[in-house]
Amino acid sequence: MNMPSYTLGQIESGPSCCKPVRHLAVNNLSVSYGGKIVLNEVSLDIYKGCITALIGPSGCGKTSFLSALNRLTDLVPGARVSGQAHFGETDLLDPSLDVMALRRQIGMIFQKPNPFPLSIRRNLELPLREHGVRHRELLAAKVQQALHDVGLWEEVRDRLDAPALALSGGQQQRLCIARALVLEPSVLLMDEPCSALDPIASAVVEELIQHLRGSYTVVIVTHNLAQARRLANYAAFFWMSEHVGKLIEYGQCRQIFESPANDLTAAYVAGLSG
Amino acid sequence: MFHADRWLAPLLATLACVTALVLLLILGFLWNEAWPVLTEGGWRRFIDAEGWYPLEGSFGLLPMLWATLAASFGALLLATPIGLASAIFVRFYAPQSIAGLYRNLLSLLAGIPSVVYGLWGLTVLVPIIAHWRPPGASLLAAILILALMILPTIALTSISALSAVPTALLQGAASLGLTRKGMILGVALPTAHEGIVGGIMLAMARALGETMAVLMVAGNVVQTPSSLFDSVRVLTANIALEMAYATGQHRAGLFASGMLLTLLVVLLAWWAAHAAGETRHG
Amino acid sequence: MVNRLTDQLFTAAVWSAAILVLVMFCWLLGDLLLQGGHHLSWSFLLSAPENAGRSGGIAPILVSTLLILAVALAAAIPLGLATAAWLAEYTRDGGRGARAVRMSLDVLAGVPSIVFGLFGNAFFSIFLGLGFSILSGGLTLACMILPIFIRTSEMGLAAVPDEWRRGAAALGMTRAAALWHLLLPAASPAIATGLMLGIGRATAETAALIFTSGYVDRMPESLSDSGRSLAVHIYELSMNVTGGDEAAYASALILIGLIITINAIAQALSERWLTRRIITA
Repeated sequence: MNMPSYTLGQIESGPSCCKPVRHLAVNNLSVSYGGKIVLNEVSLDIYKGCITALIGPSGCGKTSFLSALNRLTDLVPGARVSGQAHFGETDLLDPSLDVMALRRQIGMIFQKPNPFPLSIRRNLELPLREHGVRHRELLAAKVQQALHDVGLWEEVRDRLDAPALALSGGQQQRLCIARALVLEPSVLLMDEPCSALDPIASAVVEELIQHLRGSYTVVIVTHNLAQARRLANYAAFFWMSEHVGKLIEYGQCRQIFESPANDLTAAYVAGLSG
Repeated sequence: MFHADRWLAPLLATLACVTALVLLLILGFLWNEAWPVLTEGGWRRFIDAEGWYPLEGSFGLLPMLWATLAASFGALLLATPIGLASAIFVRFYAPQSIAGLYRNLLSLLAGIPSVVYGLWGLTVLVPIIAHWRPPGASLLAAILILALMILPTIALTSISALSAVPTALLQGAASLGLTRKGMILGVALPTAHEGIVGGIMLAMARALGETMAVLMVAGNVVQTPSSLFDSVRVLTANIALEMAYATGQHRAGLFASGMLLTLLVVLLAWWAAHAAGETRHG
Repeated sequence: MVNRLTDQLFTAAVWSAAILVLVMFCWLLGDLLLQGGHHLSWSFLLSAPENAGRSGGIAPILVSTLLILAVALAAAIPLGLATAAWLAEYTRDGGRGARAVRMSLDVLAGVPSIVFGLFGNAFFSIFLGLGFSILSGGLTLACMILPIFIRTSEMGLAAVPDEWRRGAAALGMTRAAALWHLLLPAASPAIATGLMLGIGRATAETAALIFTSGYVDRMPESLSDSGRSLAVHIYELSMNVTGGDEAAYASALILIGLIITINAIAQALSERWLTRRIITA
């Protein structure tokens, strides 16, 4: 992985770090569960290779937004997604879409690390096998690469058959990221990936996410405004109005934090500087 | 891979249907076999007729019904306090090592087949009772053996129920100066009573449905018991004894008695579940 | 003062009950060992019964017992696991289908074993024409094992954390793959428990087998042969064979030993399977 790491100054300079190519286009997306609307008419574009942060208080539908993008909403009975969402040329909301293949392209990291109750190796091999990679040596190579990419290789190389659940919280979350990376997706959806980790582990994962910039498109939900400011190229501010989540403002990270156009945005991010 | 899930859901649903079908099949076939005797006279035959003389078309079940109820409830009466006391012993009185051993013993005993209980009852218990008052093979023997059989069930489920009582509650009771007896009777038992009652219901269902052990020790004379030492025949044993040679109406009568017994057990279980549910909400 | 006295009486009552239970069971187990112990020998296990079972051995009976058990498990395990998986993974609590299946299982659990014998006789032996056979007996036992096996397996599956299901879905794994590689192995302790309970019940069963697998004490040559199970053998020896008590006691010891052994094997197998595939730290 030869990605340059970015210092604080360069991150804030926004789009010069990545070309504004549209990777995911969302138009008037609404999500409802059992008739109750949780997210109403969200439109935004996710740019390729950039880190986009979704910020805002709990309950504004940020997680639902993520779940709609990789069709994880299909798992929830009574969930309805309307509007338009396109991933490149693919219509994400098409009922006949091959969601298994989609989820290979769009990976997801959850708030609480959820490695499978298997060995470290099996955690990574299982999704690969399910997607058709059977050749022993190829599997081993991909496993090693993924662990290397998340910085776990040196730590676990001689105990690959040890239980994944024996790893520390930070290591588990990095393993989950490796598990997603091993399928070579182009998009990573992260739902508060650091919030369940202690500060040191959180910093390690955050640094990893930084390294992903450029090679992957990252959409990250976070409550940690400082983290958003550190990491993101673009920020989307969600807010609850009349018990329904809405997108209030979306733009380059620097603009959202320093000169927000909306008063609500200004009030929310003031918590950061005030 | 994409296709695997398409057939998985229907396959599982179909197999689940097959499982549900088993009960329907049972009810269906029982009804079918019992039909000949039910068309002539219906269910009242089983109550009105004087006695069980199947070869003469008389299917009075009452004596055997009383025997079944007497044996089961007698056993329950005997096993419940002792089983409960054993559970209290394991949970509150026994030192750690003994508690574990005792629990294992109870598990072992719960696994002993009913024929083995019957065998022991027949060769040991019945002669002892005969010594006291012949013929020995009697309602009393049935009650004692059944009690022995359902005791582990009651004890084990009560242990689970008592173990589920939060220690905070017990500590609270102790800190109020309650004696151990007071804590058990006043706090632990009431809190665990749902699980305990559940265990008792389980035991009752087992007692009512028990065939072999009772068959081997109860004497199998069709008569309404008037004393503990009378030989009796319970519904289950009746079926087991006569199925081998029953034909026609007789066979139908046996199937009908099987249905009645099942109905009895299921109704009791349903009532017990409801009663337990009500005490939870009430 | 009164408090202390009643407390002590209570303690005495509890201890007495515990000791009474212990005594009764020592008496029972002791009698079994005393009366049947000396009848045991290797030839008892390996030779056929002679003189209506008073002498000789129980080899064909052991084989019949194991065959009946095998048939019962072969039928009950796939059906039970599929039903448990359907209930746990594909239905919500209030669903009508799930309620119907659950209710039928609850009722099934309460049906007396002799009634299963009646059903087995009417359905498997007569209607399906299997006659008195190991197949009939095994299938009847499968019906008896299903409720408890499904109940424990379903609980085991339901207890598996949802986050693994979501994680598997997010990785594009099919539900079938998740079930096979993750969920069923994770639930295997509960499944094994249900299995052991079912096996215990099946091995001890007599009433359901008398009219389905029959009384024949010869070595069975196929599944459609009639075969006498160990429990039925004990019944026959004690009730219908004068002087058969000693052999009955010895058979009882073997039966109890068999149940203990099967439980131990199931326990060991499930633990081995666990450590090989699922590792929770």
